[in-house]
Amino acid sequence: MFRIVDKQELAAGVFRYVVQAPEIAKKAQPGQFVILRLNEHGERFPITIADWDSGKGTLTLFVQAIGKTSIEMSQIHVGDSILDLVGPLGLATEIENFGTVVLVGGGFGIAAIHPIARELTRVGNRTISILGARSRDLVLMQDEMKRVSSEVRVATNDGSLGTKGLVTDVLNGMIIKGESIDRVIAIGPLVMMKAVSDLTRPLKIQTRVSLNPIMVDGTGMCGACRVTVASEMKFACVDGPEFDGHLVDFDGLINRLKTYRSEEKKSLDQFSQVLDDECRLGNQ
Amino acid sequence: MSAPKGKKIPRQPVPEQSPKARSKSFDEVSYGYTPVMAMLEASRCLQCKKPKCVMGCPVHVAIPEFIKLVAAGEFIAAARKIKETNSLPAVTGRVCPQEDQCEKHCVLGLKNEPVAIGQLERFAADYERREGKIEIPELAPSTGKKIAIIGAGPAGLTTAGDLAKLGHEVVIFEALHKAGGVLFYGIPQFRLPKEIVDAELEYLQKMGVEIKVNYVIGKIKSLDELMADEGFDAVFVSTGSGLPYFLGIPGENLNGVYSANEFLTRVNLMHAWEFPVFDTPLHAHKTIAVIGGGNTALDAARTALRLPSTEKVMIVYRRSPDEMSARDEEIKHGKEEGIEFRYLENPVRILGADGRVTGVECQKMKLGEPDSSGRKKPIPIEGSEFEVETDAVIIALGSGTNPLIAQNTEDLKTDTEGRIKLSDADIQKTSKKGVFAGGDIVTGAATVISAMGAGKKAALGIHDYVMSQ
Ligand SMILES: Cc1cc2nc3c(=O)[nH]c(=O)nc-3n(C[C@H](O)[C@H](O)[C@H](O)COP(=O)(O)OP(=O)(O)OC[C@H]3O[C@@H](n4cnc5c(N)ncnc54)[C@H](O)[C@@H]3O)c2cc1C
Ligand SMILES: Cc1cc2nc3c(=O)[nH]c(=O)nc-3n(C[C@H](O)[C@H](O)[C@H](O)COP(=O)(O)OP(=O)(O)OC[C@H]3O[C@@H](n4cnc5c(N)ncnc54)[C@H](O)[C@@H]3O)c2cc1C
Ligand code: SF4
Ligand code: SF4
Ligand code: FES
Repeated sequence: MFRIVDKQELAAGVFRYVVQAPEIAKKAQPGQFVILRLNEHGERFPITIADWDSGKGTLTLFVQAIGKTSIEMSQIHVGDSILDLVGPLGLATEIENFGTVVLVGGGFGIAAIHPIARELTRVGNRTISILGARSRDLVLMQDEMKRVSSEVRVATNDGSLGTKGLVTDVLNGMIIKGESIDRVIAIGPLVMMKAVSDLTRPLKIQTRVSLNPIMVDGTGMCGACRVTVASEMKFACVDGPEFDGHLVDFDGLINRLKTYRSEEKKSLDQFSQVLDDECRLGNQ
Repeated sequence: MSAPKGKKIPRQPVPEQSPKARSKSFDEVSYGYTPVMAMLEASRCLQCKKPKCVMGCPVHVAIPEFIKLVAAGEFIAAARKIKETNSLPAVTGRVCPQEDQCEKHCVLGLKNEPVAIGQLERFAADYERREGKIEIPELAPSTGKKIAIIGAGPAGLTTAGDLAKLGHEVVIFEALHKAGGVLFYGIPQFRLPKEIVDAELEYLQKMGVEIKVNYVIGKIKSLDELMADEGFDAVFVSTGSGLPYFLGIPGENLNGVYSANEFLTRVNLMHAWEFPVFDTPLHAHKTIAVIGGGNTALDAARTALRLPSTEKVMIVYRRSPDEMSARDEEIKHGKEEGIEFRYLENPVRILGADGRVTGVECQKMKLGEPDSSGRKKPIPIEGSEFEVETDAVIIALGSGTNPLIAQNTEDLKTDTEGRIKLSDADIQKTSKKGVFAGGDIVTGAATVISAMGAGKKAALGIHDYVMSQ
C-alpha cells in the first residue's frame, strides 16, 4: 500500500499528490512514469513522475480529474493509500549538455517538464521553458519552473498572462528572431506536441515528445500502447514514452486514444450517479 | 477395493458443461471425474514394467504408481505421489498437451485409447485440495541463504517451492499486481479456474515464500543490486515470453485490433467483462476475428465468444487443420461452442472506417513443401483476395521474450531472439555468476510443464551453488 502524505488542488480539478514509495523514489529519473491501481476494481493507469525525494522516499504526481479513475483519485485524501503503484517505468530522458534547450510544457505537461528542466540546467544547458495554458490560473508551477530554468516564458489562450496565444507562437517568435536552439522537448496535449514538431521539422531541430497512449501492463506485454514511429511499431511503455517528434505518427495516436470514448463515458456516468446518490444521502 | 482389470473398459469420458450453456459462461468447461469414474479409468492402466508414458512426461511423473493408488481409492496418496516431481498437478492435469506427451506414449494407445492420465492427475489434485488435505511439507532447517525469483509464472513458482523446502529464504518479485504469470492473465477461467492458482500461491506463502507484486526488476532494482545490496545469494530469472507479435500489415493500429495478450489480460486480470463494475473497459463487439492457430488463438476466441455482446467468432488460420498447434481438446471444444474455423486464409490488410475496424482483407493460401518448422509451408494464391466483415481483430501469433531484464543487465548473454542463454543447461545456469534462468525466457514460448521442469532443475542447481559459496 502506498500512502498519500500530501495533496493540494492547484487549479480547478488539477491535484498534486505526494505519495510514499521509497524504493521507486530511489530509482526515479526524469521522463519516467508509474502505473497506479486505486483499488480492487480499479484500472491500471499511468502517471508521470513529476518529482521525487529519495531522502523522504516520496514521489510527486499531478493528476487532472477528467474521467472516472482520475476523479476517483481526486477523492483520495492525505493518509489514505493507493493499492498498487509500480515503477519507475519507461526510459529516462537523455540528459546531456546540448547547449540551448527549449522546454515546452502545455497544461499539466508542465509537471513532466519540471524534473527534465532541472536536470538539463544542472548539467550546464541554457534552458528556456515555455509554459502554456488556457488562462493564468492553469499555468502550473511557475515559481518552481523559474527556479529550475534559465528563463521562463508564458503563453495563455486568453492573454491573461504572458503572450496571448499558443506555446507554438512563442517558439515561432524565437525561431523568427533567429535565437539559436539546439534541442526542443515538448510535453502536453498531442495536438500541441504535433504542432511543435511540425514547426521544428523544417529547421531540423532535434525535438523530443512524450507520448501518452492507453496502457495496461506497462511492461511490454500487451501492445495496447503501440505507436508508430518512423513507420515502425513501438511500445511506448518500454521503448518510450519519449520519441523523436519528427518521426511520430500523431494522427494514428490521436485516433487510438478515442478507442474507449463511449466506455469511458459510461463508466463516468455510472460513477457520477453513485456520487450523486452518496451526496443526497449525506444531505439527509 | 479394486475395479476389474482389462483393456475391455473404454476410456471414460469426462463430464462437461453442454456447449450451449458454456458458450456464454466463464465457469469451467470440464467437471472432471467423480471418484467412481476415476477408479474405473485408473483400472485400465496395465501397470507397465517399463512405462513409456513416463518418458513422454517432461518431469517424469510416476504415472503407473499414482494411477495404481487412484484405482485403489487412495486419492490423497496418489496426489502426493504426483507431487514428488510435479508441484502443480491441478494445473498440468488441465493444461498439459497430454496427447503429445504422456498419453501419446501410453501403450494402450497403440490399439485402443490411451489412459486418461491428465484427467486422473487433475482428479487426484482436486480431491486433495477439496478435502483440505494439502499439507505443508516439512521444511529443511534454515540455511541462512536468500534467493530472489523474478517472475511468478509456473517456472518461478516451482523453483520457489522447491527452494523453500530446502530451507532457503525465498522472495518472488512479480511485475504485475497479481502473481501467477500466464496461468493468471493468459489462460482463461473456463479452462483453469483462478481459485486453483490462488490455492497454489497460498501454499507457497504458507511455506514461507514471500511474494512481492508491483516489482519490475530491471527498473526498480537490477540483478546486481539484488545480489550486492539486498543480500540475495542467487537469482532465478523466469520472466516468460510475454512480448506480443503483430502482423506488420496495414490497419493494425485501428481501434478494435488487439494482441491476444491485451485482450486476455483485460478479461482475465482486469475483469473487463464485468465493466463497469470493474473499471477496465473492453468494447462491445459483435463479430470478432482471431488470427492464428495456437493455444493462445483458441483461448482468445473462446473468451471472445463468452462476452455478452459477441454474436460471432472466427478463427482465421493460414495453414490447414493438420498444422494447427492448439490442443485437440481446445479445437474440439471451440467447434462445439460454435466458433467458425477458416483455414488456408491469410490476412493482408485490416480494413477500417472512422478509425475503427470494419473487416479484414484475406488471401487464399495453398500448402507447399514442409518448412523449417516441419509443417507444410503456406503459399499465397495470387489474385485470390477477398474481404471478411468483422468489427474486431485479435492477433494471436505467439510471442517473443520480454527484453527488460536483458536490456538492463550487461553481462547476461542472450541469443538473437532475446532468449537468455544458459552456460550449463543441466542446472539452468546463465553466463552471469549467481544468476539462473528457466521457462519461456530461455526456451521461447513453450508449455507450463516444461517451465516447471526447468524450475525443478534450477532449484537443485541453485541449492548446490549457494551451499558451496
Ligand atoms: C506515460 C503517461 C503519462 C501520463 N501522465 C499523466 C499525468 O502525469 N497526469 C495525469 O493526470 N494523466 C497522465 N496520463 C493520463 C492518465 O493515465 C489517464 O489517462 C488520465 O488520468 C485519465 O484517466 P480517467 O480514467 O480518469 O479518464 P478516462 O475516462 O480514461 O478519460 C477521460 C477523457 O480523457 C481522454 N484520455 C484518456 N486517456 C488519455 C490519455 N492517455 N491522454 C490524453 N487523453 C486521454 C479520454 O479520451 C477521455 O476523453 C499519462 C498517460 C501516460 C500514458
Ligand atoms: C493464452 C495462453 C494459453 C496457453 N495455454 C497453454 C496450455 O494450455 N498448456 C500449456 O502447457 N501451456 C500453455 N501456454 C504456455 C504457458 O503458459 C507458458 O509456456 C508458461 O506459462 C511459461 O511459464 P514461465 O514461468 O516461463 O513464464 P510466465 O508464465 O510468462 O510468467 C512470467 C512472469 O514474469 C513476470 N515478469 C516479466 N518481466 C518481469 C520483470 N522484469 N520483473 C518481474 N516480473 C516480471 C510476468 O509478469 C509474469 O507474471 C499458454 C500461453 C498463453 C499465452
Ligand atoms: S505433468 Fe503433464 S505430461 Fe506429465 S504426466 Fe502430468 S499431464 Fe502428463
Ligand atoms: S503406458 Fe499406459 S498403460 Fe502403461 S503404465 Fe503408462 S499409463 Fe499405464
Ligand atoms: S502497456 Fe502493455 S505493452 Fe505497453
